Amino acid sequence: MSQIRKKKIADSVIFVALSAGAVFMIAPLLWMLSTSVKQKSDVFALPPVWIPNEFDFSKYAEIWTAGPLLSGIQNSLIISLSVTIVGSFTSSLAAFAFAKLRLKNKNALFLLLLSAMMIPYPSLMIPQFSMFAGAGWIDTLLPLIIPPIFGNIVMVFFLRQYLINVPNAVIEAAKIDGTSFFGIFTKIIFPLIKPAIAAQFILWFMAVWNDYLAPIIYLNSPDKLTIQLVIANFNATYAIQTDYPLIMAASIIALLPMLIVFLIFQKQIIESIAISGVKG
Amino acid sequence: MATKAEALQVNKKKAKKSKLYQKESRAALLFILAPLVGYLIFTLYPFLFSIYASFTNWNGLGTMNFIGLTNYTRLFSDDYFISSLFNTFFMMIGIPIGLLISLLLAMGLNRGIPGTTTFRVIYYIPVVSSLAAISVLWQWAYNGDYGLVNQFLALIGIDGPNWLQNTSTVKPALIIMTIWKGLGYSMLLYLAALQSVPKMYYEAADLDGANSFQQFRHITWPMVKPVTFFLVITNIINGAQMFTEINIMTPTGGPEYSSATVVFYIWQKAFDNLQMGYASALSVVLGIIIFIVTLVQFKLNDKSSFEID
Repeated sequence: MSQIRKKKIADSVIFVALSAGAVFMIAPLLWMLSTSVKQKSDVFALPPVWIPNEFDFSKYAEIWTAGPLLSGIQNSLIISLSVTIVGSFTSSLAAFAFAKLRLKNKNALFLLLLSAMMIPYPSLMIPQFSMFAGAGWIDTLLPLIIPPIFGNIVMVFFLRQYLINVPNAVIEAAKIDGTSFFGIFTKIIFPLIKPAIAAQFILWFMAVWNDYLAPIIYLNSPDKLTIQLVIANFNATYAIQTDYPLIMAASIIALLPMLIVFLIFQKQIIESIAISGVKG
Repeated sequence: MATKAEALQVNKKKAKKSKLYQKESRAALLFILAPLVGYLIFTLYPFLFSIYASFTNWNGLGTMNFIGLTNYTRLFSDDYFISSLFNTFFMMIGIPIGLLISLLLAMGLNRGIPGTTTFRVIYYIPVVSSLAAISVLWQWAYNGDYGLVNQFLALIGIDGPNWLQNTSTVKPALIIMTIWKGLGYSMLLYLAALQSVPKMYYEAADLDGANSFQQFRHITWPMVKPVTFFLVITNIINGAQMFTEINIMTPTGGPEYSSATVVFYIWQKAFDNLQMGYASALSVVLGIIIFIVTLVQFKLNDKSSFEID
């Protein structure tokens, strides 16, 4: 009896500790939200005002003309969608070949591709930049789209792991029926690994959407910037005028899409990350 | 006669098999062609080119004169590079702290307390948030006069510094922010690892009279060791490439260059100063450092390894 009571007390203490921790995690974001609807005078009020007397949503209208926010969202969408859609196709096709098809030196080739994970992007960015400069692609979205659509080795790796557990019999039967290998992929393999592809797709989409280093190297013109660069510019421009509500409103717009995607798919995202970590 | 016919049949079979095999191989090659070509053009070629360029005085425009090891001897006496290297490693102090906190959180969440899912989601929100937006937010939070951090410290009677303008506080400020952002990820992986520990281990330990600390020391810790290993590696690899936070929060590299990281310095050298040959040498050094760290970790893990499956 006392054992159970002891556990209950311990659980309550831990619950309080976890709640306090949760407040620390969420407070900066709530403060961001609160700042974005404050009037300028409230921003610098001491002691701080968490819930402003008057909600002022005017900054959410102003941000669209204060900087190229809309084109930023468009550019980010173009990059993220083309990269993840085409890249998921090439990656899953390759994963199928690596997991299920017979090919001489298949594993050696796979290891070669895996070695790319050991090379950090900063070690590649200078030659890549000069390649794309030669092609006249600076200040276009192409350098951000073209390399990743050839496939993502991380995705190939996880899908291959997933496919290895699929029994060969399914594929052998289709082979004997004379189905083409691409047919086997579209009719059998793709439906089978759809959940795994979806999870990897979402994670990759988030990574591309949130990327900063590659865009900052290639993009200059205001109408070419991605959303992340746009809010960084908002920050640099409007901090001097101490227009924090404007900056925070723009940052929230940049944050929101991924936050919504996460809240909708949180179960799948959390599961696939947990699996990747335990296996990795 | 019979043997000949048999042999013929076997040959036919082989031919048929090899025909299918050939078809299959061709399809397989076609399917892996895109990643393979992508690897050659966008990874292997730039990688080799980086190494080559690091021995030249390339300025990104035309001339590339071979200058031997000059870039490499130069970087050892380059104070900016040495501070950026020091800063990068210094900020990795946050890694063990973050891992410890996330392990504790995961252990707390593993007790079946109500609200576990909600906690998991809340702790994970900073992970999915855009790093640029988070950096903008924290730059404002670290503001000396009106920032959230100092307002909070004022509540408990501490007069906080102007975090990002001060050589002694800018790195701790960035460390705290990095821990905050990464906590949810490590916690999630730890939680998954803890959930895979069979309950009977603890029951057996209970019967043997092992206390909580002993149970942690001899069951929990060894069981989560592979995850710790994975997290240490990925955190070091990511930490070595820290850039966005620095670029947004301290655009000049901080007071006396005290927050500039290696990637920040490479970026400045390559794209501001157009010293691409020298920047290539820096990037090769960064690549080697990351490679060595990974290798050392693998060796250490081998020595005291614990297999999960």
